[in-house]
Amino acid sequence: MESIFWAIQLVMVPVMSPLGVGIIRKIKAKLQNRRGASVFQPYKDLWKLLHKDEVLSSDASWIFKVAPYIIFAVTIVVGLSVPLFASFLQNTFTGDMLMVVYALAIGTFFLALAGIDTGGAFGGFGSSREMTVSALAEGGLIFALLTVAFRSGTTNLFAISNAAILNTGYSFLPVILSFFGFFIVLLAETARFPFDNPATHLELTMIHEAMILEYSGKRLALIEWASANKLFIFAALGANLFFPFGIAHDAQLGSIAFGVAFFFIKLSVIYIAIAILESSIAKYRFFRLPDLLLVSFVLNVVAVAFLI
Amino acid sequence: MLDAILSPVGFISLVLFFGVGAIGALMFRKNDEFANVWSSFFAVAGSLWGVLFALLALNAAYPMLLSFGVNTFPLFSVSLTVDKLSAFFIFVISAIALFCSIYGYGYVKHYYGKYSIGTLGFFYNLFIIGMLLVVTASNAIFFLIAWEIMSVASYFLVVYDRNEQENVKAGFLYLVMTHVGTAFIIAAFLLLFKYTGSFDFEAVKSGALLIPASVKDVIFVLSLIGFGTKAGIIPFHIWLPGAHPAAPSHVSGLMSGVMIKTGIYMMIRIFLDLLQPVPTWWGPVVMIVGSVSALLGVLYALTEHDIKRLLAYHSIENIGIILLGLGSALTFSSLNLPSLALLGLVAALFHTLNHATFKSLLFLSAGSVINGTHTRNMEEYGGLIKYMPYTALFFLVGSMAISALPPFNGFFSEWLTFQALFQGMKSLDLFTKWTFIGSAGALAFTGGLALACFVKAFGATFLARPRSAEARHAKESSLSLKFGMGALAAMALLFGIFSGYVTSILNRIGLDFGFTSSFVSSTPEQSLAAGGFSIVSGPAFFILLAAVVLAVVFAVKFLVNRNQKVRVGATWDCGVDLTPRMEITSTGFARSIILIFKGILKPSIQREIEYRDADSRYLPISRKITLKVNDMYRTYFYAPLSGLVSFVSERAKYIQSGNINAYILYILVALLASLYLVK
Amino acid sequence: MLKMFLKIFSISKKTKQVDPSDCKQADLIDIGEKIQSKINKLYKGSIAIRQVDAGSDNACEQELVALSNAYYDIERFGIHFVASPKHADVLLVTGPVTRNMAEAVKRAYQATPAPKLVVTVGDDAADGGIFMNSYAVQDGVSAVIPVDYHIPGDPPSPQTILCHFLKMLEMLEGKKQAK
Repeated sequence: MESIFWAIQLVMVPVMSPLGVGIIRKIKAKLQNRRGASVFQPYKDLWKLLHKDEVLSSDASWIFKVAPYIIFAVTIVVGLSVPLFASFLQNTFTGDMLMVVYALAIGTFFLALAGIDTGGAFGGFGSSREMTVSALAEGGLIFALLTVAFRSGTTNLFAISNAAILNTGYSFLPVILSFFGFFIVLLAETARFPFDNPATHLELTMIHEAMILEYSGKRLALIEWASANKLFIFAALGANLFFPFGIAHDAQLGSIAFGVAFFFIKLSVIYIAIAILESSIAKYRFFRLPDLLLVSFVLNVVAVAFLI
Repeated sequence: MLDAILSPVGFISLVLFFGVGAIGALMFRKNDEFANVWSSFFAVAGSLWGVLFALLALNAAYPMLLSFGVNTFPLFSVSLTVDKLSAFFIFVISAIALFCSIYGYGYVKHYYGKYSIGTLGFFYNLFIIGMLLVVTASNAIFFLIAWEIMSVASYFLVVYDRNEQENVKAGFLYLVMTHVGTAFIIAAFLLLFKYTGSFDFEAVKSGALLIPASVKDVIFVLSLIGFGTKAGIIPFHIWLPGAHPAAPSHVSGLMSGVMIKTGIYMMIRIFLDLLQPVPTWWGPVVMIVGSVSALLGVLYALTEHDIKRLLAYHSIENIGIILLGLGSALTFSSLNLPSLALLGLVAALFHTLNHATFKSLLFLSAGSVINGTHTRNMEEYGGLIKYMPYTALFFLVGSMAISALPPFNGFFSEWLTFQALFQGMKSLDLFTKWTFIGSAGALAFTGGLALACFVKAFGATFLARPRSAEARHAKESSLSLKFGMGALAAMALLFGIFSGYVTSILNRIGLDFGFTSSFVSSTPEQSLAAGGFSIVSGPAFFILLAAVVLAVVFAVKFLVNRNQKVRVGATWDCGVDLTPRMEITSTGFARSIILIFKGILKPSIQREIEYRDADSRYLPISRKITLKVNDMYRTYFYAPLSGLVSFVSERAKYIQSGNINAYILYILVALLASLYLVK
Repeated sequence: MLKMFLKIFSISKKTKQVDPSDCKQADLIDIGEKIQSKINKLYKGSIAIRQVDAGSDNACEQELVALSNAYYDIERFGIHFVASPKHADVLLVTGPVTRNMAEAVKRAYQATPAPKLVVTVGDDAADGGIFMNSYAVQDGVSAVIPVDYHIPGDPPSPQTILCHFLKMLEMLEGKKQAK
């Protein structure tokens, strides 16, 4: 029985993640008074790209060729390591918070290398910016997860989502503080406003997009899919670790169904928040981003200090 | 048979292997090839013997003792103790020396006819002997002799490439700094002798309770500075970025991977073993020193474009991380929490082992690159992955390991360090608590910045297109170099996957220090667990990642994308001709991070433009931009210090009158003063 | 900000309502829906356009930009603009192809993975337009790379562009069926 739930968890990340991107785009379009593409458009984009030919750069080495597979695979592995709809599943192997943080860093590492690999003028500075942002985001991310880890007395993410609600003294203030810190990191890591413009066509303002300009066909599909997965994973972390309500605590069919439904509602709230944020603020100047990330770190440190 | 190895005779023969290698190399120095074969053979054989010896000693029930008294010098004795801590360090030294020696056999060939290979072999073997004796000596005076053998031998290795003026300067700075450090160490030992009446570590340990608390604190500070100088903590690290790059690469690997760890070894020996119990403030101080070294080390590494200097700064960073583990162990032991102290100690030791592995791997790969391109300047590399595919792969493994990416070993020791810091945050004392929080923050940022730095190092060296003719003509290195690097890369992966097993062995070292229960353990499935707080599994992650990568490749290539073609074309760059000058350089890559941290790094920029015409400034002949990062510690620490020293020397010159009668008077006064003091 | 969003939501229904008497509006929706069904059939529901400016006077660009605005909003039909020819299915080339841009157009064409379409927009791109026979231009895109379809007009209005897009897709469909 449990293997069925693991299978659901395994396919849920790649299957549902493009929908999240579609939802955000749809809401943004609505806020711009447009109708926008269907929420299923990202699936169509990916499906088309998977069936296209590829043009590889003659300067590219094997790093460029294998990077999309590694980046995508890492998000799948991480998808198995974070709680989605059921907290009774136990992953004591890869479900540790530091494991998840550093596993995601593998993806960042290879994406940045792939950006440099083709020797283009854009890929290199995209990598440089990406590494700058992710280097400074790491402190905030680890401390955000640490807050909820201390609250639950374990760093295993499944156990955190399971134990938190059972704790009688549900301390709200530190969780809210660290959620704000986490949300800033979420925006940074998933290349959203105010860190990066996911819809930009202007090379000079790109971070994420600049690194993948050289990709085409199936490899581009894998990278786009992987970044959708990453958004899904971060949203799931935010939803399940900081607000672990409604998650399925046992293998009853009813609670599973409720858990899945509630999980999607929570995700939608986060997606809506991202979309509204992207429609209401401008992208920050690059050298203002460290301030924002430092704010995230400080918020989380304060939250940790509250709990210990 | 095995008992015979683990005996005094076994250890003496270990030293003899290297001794024969050293002497032989010197004797056969006329013939470069023969001297190289001789010294490499004995270094490899000795290292293999050392690995075997160390593994047996780690499993032994009792420490091995070896002692010859020398009657003419009452306080001096050649006494050695191989307990589990020493055995662990013998293992690290031998394992790294093994692969560095194999690598060295092929690497030194380009020195044939240029410098004496026999001399190199002599000092190389002597250097290893020095390190082996340092980690086993149990008498302070004998220790100092071993320490000097190690330091002087490594000095000669640093200045081996003596035609480069820079190397000689770096070697001189190293010699000065290492002896400044030794002076502090001697002072610490003399204080220990004053209150315990012995130079023997065993006697010092039993007499440690006799030392007054304030003197203990002084000893702590002296030995932290003394051994910290060797370990390369900031601000006593200035010799390190100069000296490590100057040496031949396999020696750099040994110096950076192993030699600086002898400083860590002695800190563990003195703080956790000899001077127990320790006051509570020592641990936090070590952690603050570690945090500063880790953060500043990685920031300075980011500013470098000399590949070996970059790696040398990363050694400073990693020493900082080791000190975080050690500092938390000290704190916990002073708070009487033995199981947590063991966690910190295991984290420090595991990171010592891992850093030795991947840092020597990185230095060896850097050496291979330098061998192929004849420059250390990363701006002149580029695209080497096509010319040196194996070196690139091994450097990639090293980069991933040092950036703490699972499933490589660096992740698991950083994970343990994090666990130690997390546990410490729960302590009640406010100062201690915030030290732990600050250290964890420093470690988190260090991890992120190290990742950025190695994207830069790997990208600028191996990716994109060659930026110089040298890089275009680079050739892959020979078999012995590839074997040395490949074996270390395999070790970096294996120590990661079997981290549970490795830590269970490291746990045993704690038994020697009286830590009985362990917070860190390994489950039957080779997972690594820190109490009930965290659990992580190396093998599971590795298998899962590998399986998913294979599944994705299979699904995409053979199910979805069967009929599609892959065409190779030029890089698209908005239609302009792409030249290597348009690639990101290592300076350009790090520029945004440097600007963000400009308050600490104090970068300066100088522009020089020469115009064709003085009146109209439209046609420049040349433009030159000089970017520099000023050394904060040089301006604020060493410059005032050297100013003070020269001021005092200036003043002291007055008593140097040249009059011999005056000098005799000085001698008389000095004699009377000392007589008065001794009375 | 909140006020603005509220306003958007309060008036959005009116703008979307199709008045049957407004022929242009009805026409646009109609064209768009047809385009969408063709794209679904031929392109798995997604077309990525890379616009290449081969020395255009920017008139066509203005019209192309208008395609993405709230009124035309071609994104809803599954068409979007991308930042690199390597991501694209369709190259939209504008301008008479100046000497200096000829190489760039060629490179963009080579960088686009198959299956790909080259569509020229505006009279300049067809044969040089008002710049025809100038020493500085190549007189049209077809002198440099093979062109699959041409959208006339100087510049064509967004609606014309969409209309021709539909025709082009119909033509493609016909070709496919003929095979």
